[in-house]
Amino acid sequence: MKIIEKDALSIAGLIKGREISALEVTRVFLERIDKVEKKVKAYINVAAELALSRAKEVDMELADGVEAGVFGGVPIAVKDVLTTRGFPTTCGSKMLEGFVPVYDATVVERIGRAGTVMLGKANMDEFAMGSSTENSYFGPTMNPWDLERVPGGSSGGSAAAVAAGEAPWALGSDTGGSIRQPAALCGIVGLKPTYGLVSRYGLVAFASSLDQVGPMTRTVRDCAALLGVIAGYDPMDSTSIPGELPDYVGALTGEVKGLKAGVVRELSSEGIDTGVRERFGETVSLLEKLGVACEEVSLPSFAHGLSAYYIIAPAEASSNLARFDGVRYGYRAPGESEDVWEMYDRTRAEGFGGEVKRRIMLGTYALSAGYYDAYYAQAQKIRTLIVRDFGRAWDEYDVLVSPTSPSTAFKLGEKVDDPLTMYLSDICTIPVNLAGIPALSLPCGLSDGLPVGFQVMGPPLEEPKVLNVAYALEQAIGFDARPEL
Amino acid sequence: MEYETIIGLEIHAELSTESKMFCGCSASFGGGPNTKTCPVCLGHPGSLPVTNMKAIEYTMMLALALNCEITPRSVFHRKNYFYPDMPKNFQISQYDIPLSTDGHLDADMNDYVRKVGITRVHIEEDTGKSIHIGESGRIHGAEYSLEDFNRAGIPLAEIVTEPDIRSAEEARAFMQLLRATLEYLGISDCKMEEGSLRCDANISVAVDGKLGTKVEIKNMNSFRSLFRALSYEEERQRFALEQGGGLIQETRHWDDAEGKTHPLRSKEEAFDYRYFPEPDLVPIEPDPEWVDRLRENLPELPQARFHRFMEQFGLARDIASMLTGEKALADYFERAVETGQGPEELAKWIAGDLSAMLREAVVPIQHCPVAPRGLGELVALVNQKVISGKMAKEVLREAFETGKGPQRIVDEKGLSQIADAHELEVVVDEVIAENPGAADDMRTGKEQALKFMMGQVMKKTRGKANPEVASRLLKQKLIGRE
Ligand SMILES: [Zn+2]
Repeated sequence: MKIIEKDALSIAGLIKGREISALEVTRVFLERIDKVEKKVKAYINVAAELALSRAKEVDMELADGVEAGVFGGVPIAVKDVLTTRGFPTTCGSKMLEGFVPVYDATVVERIGRAGTVMLGKANMDEFAMGSSTENSYFGPTMNPWDLERVPGGSSGGSAAAVAAGEAPWALGSDTGGSIRQPAALCGIVGLKPTYGLVSRYGLVAFASSLDQVGPMTRTVRDCAALLGVIAGYDPMDSTSIPGELPDYVGALTGEVKGLKAGVVRELSSEGIDTGVRERFGETVSLLEKLGVACEEVSLPSFAHGLSAYYIIAPAEASSNLARFDGVRYGYRAPGESEDVWEMYDRTRAEGFGGEVKRRIMLGTYALSAGYYDAYYAQAQKIRTLIVRDFGRAWDEYDVLVSPTSPSTAFKLGEKVDDPLTMYLSDICTIPVNLAGIPALSLPCGLSDGLPVGFQVMGPPLEEPKVLNVAYALEQAIGFDARPEL
Repeated sequence: MEYETIIGLEIHAELSTESKMFCGCSASFGGGPNTKTCPVCLGHPGSLPVTNMKAIEYTMMLALALNCEITPRSVFHRKNYFYPDMPKNFQISQYDIPLSTDGHLDADMNDYVRKVGITRVHIEEDTGKSIHIGESGRIHGAEYSLEDFNRAGIPLAEIVTEPDIRSAEEARAFMQLLRATLEYLGISDCKMEEGSLRCDANISVAVDGKLGTKVEIKNMNSFRSLFRALSYEEERQRFALEQGGGLIQETRHWDDAEGKTHPLRSKEEAFDYRYFPEPDLVPIEPDPEWVDRLRENLPELPQARFHRFMEQFGLARDIASMLTGEKALADYFERAVETGQGPEELAKWIAGDLSAMLREAVVPIQHCPVAPRGLGELVALVNQKVISGKMAKEVLREAFETGKGPQRIVDEKGLSQIADAHELEVVVDEVIAENPGAADDMRTGKEQALKFMMGQVMKKTRGKANPEVASRLLKQKLIGRE
């Protein structure tokens, strides 16, 4: 197997065993990027020089017998929504074109301490708003399985990079499905951790009460390992959960006999494409064969999840994105403005793309005097109901399952002009964010040559259980298809 | 028709914590522009706020001092509006669930007490400072603006009163008491001129008990301008009502130089703040034990001290009020009392000559060159008749200017009085011999003559003669009685 096809833990083992140097590994991936990036466009900025010098450092540390971090020399792609000190962070927006942060996001610092080598910043929908990566100011990313199709979004660059062998693993962020949906569409593993498990410090906010950073990997084992690196309390994030971390990799026993799984009716029947439904059904049968009792469960509040999400997320976004005003950093409309208010108007009209402006307007409206109770307050009530429905489900079931996305990868341009249809792409993933629970997407086969994702949801902080169920399934499914590029 | 003025105040006090409300930057005053900033208080992408618990503690101390109830679980909200001195274009504040509610503060008005209800005390962050370059000096019509974010994110306590205040005098007295309370608690610099204590007012005039139109007044930057602005506005509204004219609900800006209020342009006030709960912060749930401990450890507050000064030291109401209005002044007085001299005499010296000298030299009492012990020494010198009261004033000024102790000044300058009758008798005899005319006048009972003769004695002794002894000697010798 070529290096670019290997999972991250195997590469870490090779480097530790001195079978290959960190520098060679980095070169191999940079060459791969050179070769396929024109077709895939997974990165906004490739950090070639930085990566090479970091890899040399790791090699020197290894030569000195110093432990160069748990994953010393393993390359990684980072979604361009995470701040990187001294390296551009754009959030896929003209507003932040060329913006260089003065500090590292906590997760970036943690992967650095673990010895990983950042290959570059991955493409994304502008400010993480979108489900296809077509909303990037820097142009869309193509799905490595079919270059005429989207990789999903908003972490489409991260997903495509991993699928195309342009990075062994990546960091993404998930507000309504932005890790899991592209993972499903690109045939990789993606985990949205429990809200508060991973620090949001340095994650440029879309919707603060929903955002989480998470791993995007080739295998469940890599996913557990990367989670172990980035998870844990951070005093810089007030919503961060204190406490000891479990051994996520150690939890992968593959032993799932006796567990109970609920198949969420509201997320797995209506509006789900036939091919996806078929693969999903087969995977549920496989789960039963592994000794997991599966039965259908109805969680009625989920029917309103999408509506609640499209009030809460834009409301928070309208406030979070107010800071991009041309005063202190980022884009400022060139030429003279009559006054500061005109400068704001022009800067924001020119600096933000259509989808971002749509959501800012939606959110501003939902929070306006006289509308707050009808929209924002109602949406919060639905959110409470969804939390309650999940809570009741955990009394009965160890995990809940559903398809990750109602369809496989769709064509570029197919939905981009129809926001409502596009929003439906996140119908299966949104309730998880509203409830703050962990959920993972696992590739469970192909439909018409395109990957299908299987979603495993668990109670808060039960990542070990979610990962273990996914691990058992992964072994049973034996998904080993790869896109040809 | 009967008019009644109705005033409510909204006060902002910057808290003197070491660091800012939501980041580790220094909250101290001064420093070059934008030197006390970081990604958090500059609103850089991805940065997050973390609550400074010291600021919560200070605000709770204030709330407890104002007899408020502490909310068991209060919530931060975002107040959204665009302004260049606000890095995030929203201010983290509190809205419908503030840190504390339902208190009161009672202002002493000499012949009555005005009880002012406190609606709420909450915590929020301050904004940066804008300097608008251009003719208008305001953001409208500015050529460009300069921004200093050193102040952005400094913790602010907001105090909102009920509309219980009935006059500009009461408003000023209330603000002075509130300022003293903040100062006694040691939680704010309380400098209105530097903007660490700010006050806006809502004022209306009720006619025959019927509520009037509420007008908000901004930009009152001193106790004096608060008083003047409210007096002006009261007069303006009454006049309009007397003329049968209407008033509109609006925000008006106090122009201190002109002595008038002007309506603010509507664009500056027409904000829909779109409040919603701040998702980056968790609710404030103070441990009840913590609250109890703070309540128990509250220092003596200005009102309690005011009453104690009257009872314990027998001070008059106005002097007690003046001394306790500033913590350091009251502390100075109590330290002076420890010297064993009479509290009333000490209080008179502090409230009179000493305060005048401090004002004149623009020196705060904390840095007064005359130590409390020195003042006690001065009073003792007078009481022991070593120096006269008149001479004491000069000694005090000398002490104030040189920092030397009064005793030392008296010794060095040989200022102690000649109270020795034998020594003085020689001088008195000389004066009688040299001024036979005046001596005769005195013998015939002319009052004026005594004053002249005393003046001659003082001249010969360079003012050191004890006036009582000298006068007794003169009378003995010329009238035959004392
Ligand atoms: Zn700061």
